[in-house]
Amino acid sequence: MFAMPIAHSCASGLGGMRAAGDLVARMQMARGMRLGEAKAYVAERLGADPSELSDPVLMNERRGELGLGRLTTFEISHPDEPTAIEAKANIAEVLGLEIPAVRLLEERRHHGSSIE
Amino acid sequence: MGDGSLVHLTPGEIEAEVRAGVEAAVKRAKTPPLAEDEIEHLVDIYASSARFTGVDIGTEVVLSYDGSGAKTFASRLQDLQMYEQCFAADLVELCHNDYSFKAVKTITAYEAQSMRDAQLALTVPVQYGAMPNLGLYCRPDGPAPNWAELLPLGRFDEARAGQEEAIEFAVTDMVNVGVELAEAGADGIDFDTAGAAGDGDFLATLRAAEALRARYPGFGIEIGMAGEFVLGMHGELEYDGVRLAGLWPREQLRLATKAGAHMFGPAVNVNTGKTAAWNMARACTIVKPCVDEATIPIHMNVGMGVGGVPMTTYNPVDAVSRASRACVDILRLDGL
Repeated sequence: MFAMPIAHSCASGLGGMRAAGDLVARMQMARGMRLGEAKAYVAERLGADPSELSDPVLMNERRGELGLGRLTTFEISHPDEPTAIEAKANIAEVLGLEIPAVRLLEERRHHGSSIE
Repeated sequence: MGDGSLVHLTPGEIEAEVRAGVEAAVKRAKTPPLAEDEIEHLVDIYASSARFTGVDIGTEVVLSYDGSGAKTFASRLQDLQMYEQCFAADLVELCHNDYSFKAVKTITAYEAQSMRDAQLALTVPVQYGAMPNLGLYCRPDGPAPNWAELLPLGRFDEARAGQEEAIEFAVTDMVNVGVELAEAGADGIDFDTAGAAGDGDFLATLRAAEALRARYPGFGIEIGMAGEFVLGMHGELEYDGVRLAGLWPREQLRLATKAGAHMFGPAVNVNTGKTAAWNMARACTIVKPCVDEATIPIHMNVGMGVGGVPMTTYNPVDAVSRASRACVDILRLDGL
């Protein structure tokens, strides 16, 4: 397990929530954007340069400002940070993207259970 | 080596291995060879004595992890959280250990509940993954005639009919599971190891992807291949007028794109008796035309036994990091 996910992550990964990898991934999944286009799109929405999307220091600050969710570490706690679903609602807004779980949350907030 | 064992080679020997790998791909897959500067870069990567290597800062790619929520460490949800929080995964995948749509369909409601729970707990995208696994639909595991038994007997028409019957079952299962998971909030679905049972397996996947795309325009649909070449177990099956048997990654990509996939994962199998440099050179040469032509992201399979990563459970990090860097530098991939 050590060699596969961690080696790939260190060798070539965008860094997931440490940076902005999950946001670029969302554009690939939802819109089928190739990497350059997806990076440019996310960078523009974050007010950053595409080459900065893997910078964990810069992206951590930006994620905090925009409420996009950050990794929890034992050195720093973020009790006032958004939860996962709240962060995803912010991500949907920033990226101009429909995120299925956020859409379902909105639907169920107003309509309750589907069980009759 | 392709089996993970450590060997000592001189830079000259490594260059010879790289050139031989390129030549093997050109001969087998009828692709153009890598350019001279690409060959030199591959030699540099593999001739380095460093324990670890990586891409240049700013050129990182999206990492999608097949099978990341498979109850390896703790519960499936905790595994997904570990990939998100500890492994810096860009997207994760909920899956069942049976990892086949036929098996999953019997517990789809529970998988949908697990997806809903995962969506509330994770910020990164969560897709659902399983294999089309057409072989499970033939006797004795399923209802269709067993084409693997009929083919050696020369009963070709019956073998083809068996596969055609199985395809219908597989498409129904994949679409039904896909719909249930999409309605539970999944960000996407991964048809993993498509084509494992041959051209019928690939056709079923393409048809399922097409049906899901028609219903969910923004749904992530990833088609990851089982091997470099689509086996002609049926031999006469077509999608969009293209015969499926014998297709290599570029042609596979064209059909995956046509079917509505948003991500495509070519797979090139590792030869365990050859060096890692030989395998990587061969893989890059086969996949390059696919990446050059793509209009959707290419997430090459670079895991155990595919994409130049040795076929061993405990992979050396030097081999994995070299494969990771080589794929990104040479192929300009969108992800792994």
